[in-house]
Amino acid sequence: MGIDKIKSMKREDFKDNEYIDKLVDELNATGANVVVGKMDELINWGISNSLWPLCFGTSCCAIEFMSLGAARYDMARFGFEVARNSPRQADYVMVQGTIVHRMAPVMRRLYEQLAEPKYVIACGGCAVSGGPFKNSYCVVPGVDQILPVDVYIPGCPPRPEAMFYGLMQLQRKIKVQKFFGGANRKEKIEEFFAEHPEERGEIG
Amino acid sequence: MSDIKEIIGKICPEATFEEGECLLVSVPEKKWYPLAKSLKENKDLDFDVLSAVVGMDWKETIGVVYYFTSTSRNWGMLAVKVEAESRDDAYIHSVSDLWKVANFQEREVYDMFGIKFVNHPDMRRFFLRNDWVGHPLRKDYDANPELNPIRLEDEVNEDDSRVFVENAEGKIVEEPRKVFEKDEYVVNIGPQHPSTHGVMRFRASLDGEIVKKVDVVSGYIHRGIEKLTEGMTYPQILHFTDRMDYMSAHQNRHCLCMCIEKALGLEIPKRAQVIRTMMDELMRISSHLLSFGCTAMDLGATTAFFYGFREREMVLDIFEKTCGARMSMNYNVIGGVIADLHPDFVKDVKHLIEIMPERLKEYHKVFSGNLIAKNRLKGVGMLSKEDAVNYAITGPSGRGSNWSCDCRKKHPYAAYSEVEFDEILLDGCDSYSRYMVRMKEIEQSCRILEQLVDRIPEGEIRAQVPKIVKLPAGRWYQQVEASRGTFGVYIESTGEKTPYRVHFQSPCFNLVGVMDLTCSGYMIADLITIGAALDFVIPDIDR
Repeated sequence: MGIDKIKSMKREDFKDNEYIDKLVDELNATGANVVVGKMDELINWGISNSLWPLCFGTSCCAIEFMSLGAARYDMARFGFEVARNSPRQADYVMVQGTIVHRMAPVMRRLYEQLAEPKYVIACGGCAVSGGPFKNSYCVVPGVDQILPVDVYIPGCPPRPEAMFYGLMQLQRKIKVQKFFGGANRKEKIEEFFAEHPEERGEIG
Repeated sequence: MSDIKEIIGKICPEATFEEGECLLVSVPEKKWYPLAKSLKENKDLDFDVLSAVVGMDWKETIGVVYYFTSTSRNWGMLAVKVEAESRDDAYIHSVSDLWKVANFQEREVYDMFGIKFVNHPDMRRFFLRNDWVGHPLRKDYDANPELNPIRLEDEVNEDDSRVFVENAEGKIVEEPRKVFEKDEYVVNIGPQHPSTHGVMRFRASLDGEIVKKVDVVSGYIHRGIEKLTEGMTYPQILHFTDRMDYMSAHQNRHCLCMCIEKALGLEIPKRAQVIRTMMDELMRISSHLLSFGCTAMDLGATTAFFYGFREREMVLDIFEKTCGARMSMNYNVIGGVIADLHPDFVKDVKHLIEIMPERLKEYHKVFSGNLIAKNRLKGVGMLSKEDAVNYAITGPSGRGSNWSCDCRKKHPYAAYSEVEFDEILLDGCDSYSRYMVRMKEIEQSCRILEQLVDRIPEGEIRAQVPKIVKLPAGRWYQQVEASRGTFGVYIESTGEKTPYRVHFQSPCFNLVGVMDLTCSGYMIADLITIGAALDFVIPDIDR
């Protein structure tokens, strides 16, 4: 999938995405305006520079996230400082800390309440894979069991600089997403449900 | 101690005694409640603090070990062991009417072991989902993931509870009770909410804006740490302590290391003791600064948050240079500390001590003297000293109610006996006192650091520890003063290299037990204030 390239992925690499070129050709063939590409760039620039996180933290990683918001590692210079409390108003949820069995339905409900376009970052060892508590009887081993994750940030807890790296990767991912026509963003959600049909359920 | 034996022997002739780290009294279940009543009410005994309630599964029997201390006498700790009569249908009489702290503690024991407490007013599970199958800490627990899969449906809100009472024939029967009546207006707060303390859920029944009753629904970060420790060796269980109350990481780990070292009979080198003390105090400063920032932020004064974090980053820099990490330091180990001090440590700590007094003045100017802050904190969440003792509220919250409960003064450990510092006691009994106790404790911590920073003795940083750590058979209990109160560790060992049972007695668990008492009669906005001033950290409650 190219995961091994994440460490050295540069912004220019995303431009050589054949999939995007093919899609633009398809759109042109069906008569859609090629200006659509420019609209997407504008929207993507807007979104990636004002991603508002949901105030959500279960354990220790949340304190490092608070340091991220404080004066030294200022996340306001990226545009992220408006941490919303209501999921309806947030853009992404950064899952900080362990998700346990009792919290799983709540987490799922919060994710489904987020308005599109939404993203999920699994921050910290516990959210990535269960972390130090992997063998416990009531810990969900990795939040990707219940949510589709965009970026994984390992660490226990990850340093604020590591969190910034993860957030910047999310920004890069956003800059190649499409809004008009075949959004590869939507495809990811459908892919997830195709692989986990049991997750497509009613809330509550 | 022999007086206690005599007095208890008279009250309950069937009790047996065992000397060890502290006096252990074993009573049969039928005589437990009368003995408990005497322990509390007999003026010659006066054990008014229930420090710990530890559920235990001894393979043939199942029961509870209670730890008591007294505020008026200096008896030291008294342990009482009560075994239920049958394993599969275990009943023990509840003592939650004598020591109110036992309310949530016994719910936890029921949740983890399946022991039902007779006459407990609200016998429900505490940490696990109410449709969970089984009781995890029992040795015969079936850990099959098919029985308890990751359910994505919400659990049904519990409005029905039950009480187990003894009927006229002496049989135990179950009687239903209601948590909330049908016509009560119940508001759900959490688990995801703007306050910064973590995932805690409260269900509050309101009368207009006045809170009538608060039901605490916990367990949204219950990770089963105590069960995990049973499969790991002693050096491996140390890392859990940093992740429970992460704002007292050093103190918690210090406590666990001290308990293991006590059991092994290890002597810790002087340098390691002093380093541990200094790290504890630095951790206390960082925790109280965060608490200051978050209390202000919860009340809406977001600016104070940035001020608090500015100094906290300085403390975290000191940690990072020596311990290698900003949080989850993993610094204390069995026998001492893992790495020696960074060459800049003394210089950095001196710089911190120098600037701290003016910064504290700045905080007081920005927040403490503010008219709005005073109006929101003064007189809110009253907790009298008797209630603080009965609910075992230690730490700054207890000292804000004038209860002198500082472990560093009562049972000095590490280098605390060699330094002079004041125990801050304020008698306002409200949220403002609790907040001010924390601010003054920062000054005292700086004072301790000042006395130690120039006199760090040379020497080893770690005692010789055997490669495979095996504790002798027995039970040990150790307490330290964590940032939020008295943190206790209970280890029971059968001589193996993995513990038989480890129990962490966390201060925040008691703090959340007092939410119902302190919030009733105040407005709903005050609930957040009271929670912020009590300053609990949720993973510490849920472990």
